[in-house]
Amino acid sequence: MACRTCLWLLGTTFFTCTVRLVVEGTEVGATQGSQPEPGVVGSNHSQAGGGHGSSISGIQIVTFKWHHVEAPYLIALWILVAGVSKMVVELNHSLTSVIPESALLILIGWILGGIIYGADKMQTFTLTPTVFFFYLLPQVILDAGYFMPNKLFFSNMGAILVYAVIGTCWNAATVGLGLWGCWLGGAMGDIDIGLLQFLLFGSLIAAVDPVAVIAVFEEVHVNEVLFIMVFGESLLNDGVTVVLFNVFDAFVSLGGAEIDAVEIIKGIISFFVVAFGGSLVGIIFALLISLLTRCTKNIQIIEPGFIFILGYLSYLTAEMLSLSAILSIVFCGICCQKYINANMDERSVTTVRYVMKVFANGSETIIFVFLGISAIDPAVWVWNTGFILLTLLFIFVFRFIGVFLLTWILNKYRLVPLEFIDQVVMSYGGLRGAVAYGLVAMLDENKFKEKNLMVSTTLIVVYFTVMLQGITMKPLVTWLKVKRAAVTELTLAEKIQNRTFDHMLVAIEDISGQIGHNYMRDKWHNFEERWLCWFLMKPSARKSRDYIFNIFHQLNLKDAMSYVKEGERRGSLAFVRNETKADVDFNKKFRASFSEIMPDIMADNMGPDHVPLSSILQDIVPSVCLVMHEQDLTMRESEDFNAHHLLQQHLYRGRKQHRHRYSRSHLETNRDENEVQEIFQRTMRSRLESFKSAKMGVAPAKKIQTKHQKKDKPQKMPNGNSSDKSKNHPYGDKDLEFSEGDCGSGDEAAGDLFPMRAYRVEAGIVNPAFMAEMDPMDNMQQIPHVALLPQTLNSFDT
Amino acid sequence: MGSTNSTLSKIPNVEELMQETGFTPAHIVRLYDRFEALDKEKTGHLRPQDFGAINRLAMNPIGDRIIGAFFSPGQETVDFHSFVRILAHFRPADKKRPKDPSMPEPVNSRTSKLKYPPLVFSLISVAFQLYDQDKDGKISRAELLQVLRSMLEMQVTEEQLESIADRTIQEADLDKDDAISFEEFRKSLEKVNIDHKMSIRFLR
Repeated sequence: MACRTCLWLLGTTFFTCTVRLVVEGTEVGATQGSQPEPGVVGSNHSQAGGGHGSSISGIQIVTFKWHHVEAPYLIALWILVAGVSKMVVELNHSLTSVIPESALLILIGWILGGIIYGADKMQTFTLTPTVFFFYLLPQVILDAGYFMPNKLFFSNMGAILVYAVIGTCWNAATVGLGLWGCWLGGAMGDIDIGLLQFLLFGSLIAAVDPVAVIAVFEEVHVNEVLFIMVFGESLLNDGVTVVLFNVFDAFVSLGGAEIDAVEIIKGIISFFVVAFGGSLVGIIFALLISLLTRCTKNIQIIEPGFIFILGYLSYLTAEMLSLSAILSIVFCGICCQKYINANMDERSVTTVRYVMKVFANGSETIIFVFLGISAIDPAVWVWNTGFILLTLLFIFVFRFIGVFLLTWILNKYRLVPLEFIDQVVMSYGGLRGAVAYGLVAMLDENKFKEKNLMVSTTLIVVYFTVMLQGITMKPLVTWLKVKRAAVTELTLAEKIQNRTFDHMLVAIEDISGQIGHNYMRDKWHNFEERWLCWFLMKPSARKSRDYIFNIFHQLNLKDAMSYVKEGERRGSLAFVRNETKADVDFNKKFRASFSEIMPDIMADNMGPDHVPLSSILQDIVPSVCLVMHEQDLTMRESEDFNAHHLLQQHLYRGRKQHRHRYSRSHLETNRDENEVQEIFQRTMRSRLESFKSAKMGVAPAKKIQTKHQKKDKPQKMPNGNSSDKSKNHPYGDKDLEFSEGDCGSGDEAAGDLFPMRAYRVEAGIVNPAFMAEMDPMDNMQQIPHVALLPQTLNSFDT
Repeated sequence: MGSTNSTLSKIPNVEELMQETGFTPAHIVRLYDRFEALDKEKTGHLRPQDFGAINRLAMNPIGDRIIGAFFSPGQETVDFHSFVRILAHFRPADKKRPKDPSMPEPVNSRTSKLKYPPLVFSLISVAFQLYDQDKDGKISRAELLQVLRSMLEMQVTEEQLESIADRTIQEADLDKDDAISFEEFRKSLEKVNIDHKMSIRFLR
């Protein structure tokens, strides 16, 4: 393992070295990415003295035209190097779980920077603000916006805004003023700087960085609310940062004397303009994207292109209008998610998602590598112990104070208060990153005499937060959690009960409606359903959203009907309860995959009650390996361990435990979605079964029929208005399963189910209350359950 | 607050309801709005199909059972009062309210006896009810199996299920009658901090 790593590292460095040397050998003078005009290729070659080109006669069969390809070659090369570095980093997974990727990438950046510096005696490649802000940052933010869990984001919007706006202002002010105070006190020695410059520095160092936050939080799994807070804050604080930066920059240019109340008021107004203007631009572009995808039915292959181009344009447009570009692209991504996922072809959706991840990952890697490389440049290093140490201290301490203060205020209004450990993680997770570096590199040296000092400090701050805080975050969280949680082994009953309670809690929440924001949410949903979806979604997408529920039931209905027909054919419906004969297709499909394991099972194991294993096998759904393992355990190890283990593995998690895990590098189908779908299908199926058992039950059948026919008639479709917000769940969030545009996929989803549907022993152990009882009084009890089935079953009438 | 008052006046016996359950007027109004939203035909009562319309409940493994918990045996409909009373079980125990000895013990105390008026359950009793569908006061092995079946993924086989159920009953069943009575149920949950888990924070 170690050999391989070394080999890769060496390979990369040698490769880079070689290229550098070659490049150097064919030119004179430094390259700062300058583009030689094509017209002078000839003269360059003759200058190069390598004897390559010649202005004399004769045809060159092969020429070395470095300058011809220099710029794109270097870019491509750097992307390659970044990719290879990422590969190197990922070689050893145990390493990445201790040290976050970003830290390792910076390390590699240092090494590469060292090599380049050694070869060149100067740092030819640095992270320039232009490249960073125009080419590297947009895709990262677009990725963040597109994959943002909207519901979570908007329901915590208030808190996020508080942290983003007030928190950032607080940080900026305190750091700036603190440093100024210390400078006045002489802690920094003699530097040419003033209050305004301190404030400017404070404002650019105060902002939490989205790139760094993701990179670190990906390893540390925190609960979703906490994550969205930090993440949302890091995205939205750009509005504040941009304003503060520009305002203070203007103030510094004006000079201290010109600042009066008017200017300050202008500053405050510009905040609102920048923030809301940026968001508005983003929303407009989101509308554009949705409209465009609505019309691309005939040429689906270009759909993904639109997303990226328009996203990028929204960024540039906002930048052009001096509004907040990050806010613009974030809101573009957030707002268009739903509509483009509904409008676009399935393959386009997958393409967009995947490509977005590729771009974002690539950008992030390049950013961190270059952050490392940029440090190896003695030209920018100015060391001032006081300044640097004080900055570190202040950002750390004031972040904690700020977060705790704001949380204390927020908890008075919040429904679910943020706990102590959450606040600690939030404060500790306020990482600074490349954005701060980009901003500081943009400063004008003439106005800011101490620019290099600021650059150095920023770099050190970034390294400190990303590397140190990144590395120690996980242990900190574990330590805190362990201290709090009482580690007692729960009994089986307690485990089951815990889970039952979780489910109960979620169910009661659903019954009592969304907690908080109820009225506004309803209004917004109604507006959105009526107008926006009509405007922005393809008609076919709209229809399938409305009726996908319908379709599922139609299919279940068909299934139910076929059973009744089968029963009639056989003369009695008793077969419904007989599970072994249930579904021939199912057996065929799965028995094939069991064929190799079958001999083993048959040989060793019979079930504990000597139930023939064939019937057990019928119950087994895909994950064969796991079940086999369990079978072994049953035979060999103690039952106790087995039971606990089973519970651990297989209990459905309550909705609260489903995590909106935003990940930069993993695009996995959400296991939670599958689970929810499974539960949903089971519920529907059990309702159907109870309906059937009531209908096809014994004696007072006629009575039941008439009774519930009357009841069913006046019902309306349950796709009502009040359940809109919950309805969005299957379609909006589960964009893999239910939101596919056509009936076809709905068919598939249900169709897959049918083989899995095993009329199990459960049908035998039916709750006595569900059974068709002779007593009409008890029939009344069934009817509520029967009536749980939606209206469409009304048409099912034999 | 005008709309609050006007809505409140629409509800009969609001004062008594508030006292009994401890909800504030704002809570009651919000619950009433929710009740009305669920009651699409404006009959003033909720039937099981109204609950069935909440799609999210279909995604809950024990969703249908919880719907059942709202309906007392023999009843087909739930009126607003019963609705609120049942939801009141899930309010956090309000430590700040002064203990007024003359007031009846509020609905969400941890262990109110079974002999209490039929509509007033304790938290544990509600949970017990979920298991005990035939209302015989005991959770039989079959009933436990049913609940387990619904809460475990479909991959789990019948025999695994049965082994879990057997172990669970073994642990909890003190009088060896192969069923879990309410007392045994309560005892087995002593360590679980139910109040903390069950309390939903309503708007304050």
